[in-house]
Amino acid sequence: MSRVSSAALRAMKVGDELPHLTTAPISRLTLALYAGASGDHNPMHVDSDFARLAGAPDVFAHGMLAMAYLGRMLTAALPMSALRQFGVRFAAVTQVGDVLNCRAEVTERIERDGHTLLKLGLTATNAAGELKLAGDALVAID
Amino acid sequence: MIDRRYIGHEFAPHSARVEAGRLRLFAKATGETDPVFSDESAARAAGHPGLPAPPTFTFCLDMDVPDPFAYLAQMGVPVQNVLHGEQQFSYHAPVHAGDTLTYRSRIADIYDKKGGALEFIIKETRVENQHAALVAELRAVVVVRNLSGGQK
Repeated sequence: MSRVSSAALRAMKVGDELPHLTTAPISRLTLALYAGASGDHNPMHVDSDFARLAGAPDVFAHGMLAMAYLGRMLTAALPMSALRQFGVRFAAVTQVGDVLNCRAEVTERIERDGHTLLKLGLTATNAAGELKLAGDALVAID
Repeated sequence: MIDRRYIGHEFAPHSARVEAGRLRLFAKATGETDPVFSDESAARAAGHPGLPAPPTFTFCLDMDVPDPFAYLAQMGVPVQNVLHGEQQFSYHAPVHAGDTLTYRSRIADIYDKKGGALEFIIKETRVENQHAALVAELRAVVVVRNLSGGQK
């Protein structure tokens, strides 16, 4: 795993990055599994016939699946208990076949009530470099 | 246009148990291979009382109602016209397998842009555990594309 040591976390400065995460290509099976696991049974994500009738070229990924990948990157590097806030904007639809590159960069060090927090700027882009998700997270490092 | 009287609408609270099997399926679906999220003994070795819920998992159990999109239908919004615009989580306490979570949601705001071609529904949710402790706050921005064009 790419766990970052607590000493390394405490030393992180603006511009430093967490270890990246690159997903496997998102398949229809991935979307079916995620529909079941998440409880989000919206047919736009799993039923191509429904999606085409609704005017979409094909099914597309749940936004929350892509957000879960960003979450995986965070929990790979940090203990879950360090996470204070996590938010994203879904900039573009993630398509079947997309591979997502997830990145987190320190954008701010915040001292609050004797604790140090890092603000992380988050992005998920596909192999063509198209931005799919942008967001931020607030993590406590001491 | 969505009736603005829905602003402030409160959903009936509902509760759901965090099941280990559901967490294992979530790990499989999201490609999570860290055994802490799927193997009870690995989770305990890492100091957790049970399998921990990953950062976005609380969103999922809010779907555990007969029809999680019923509120959209009630507002006259077809599910194929919606996109998830934004999602935020604030974390207050950890969630593990075996916990029972209670969801209390409300429509915090509804507004439109581009002359009504796009409408935005802001849904805010408080999640408490079986000890009535706040574990997470969620804020969703749901985008409605009014494909036939906006009307004033």
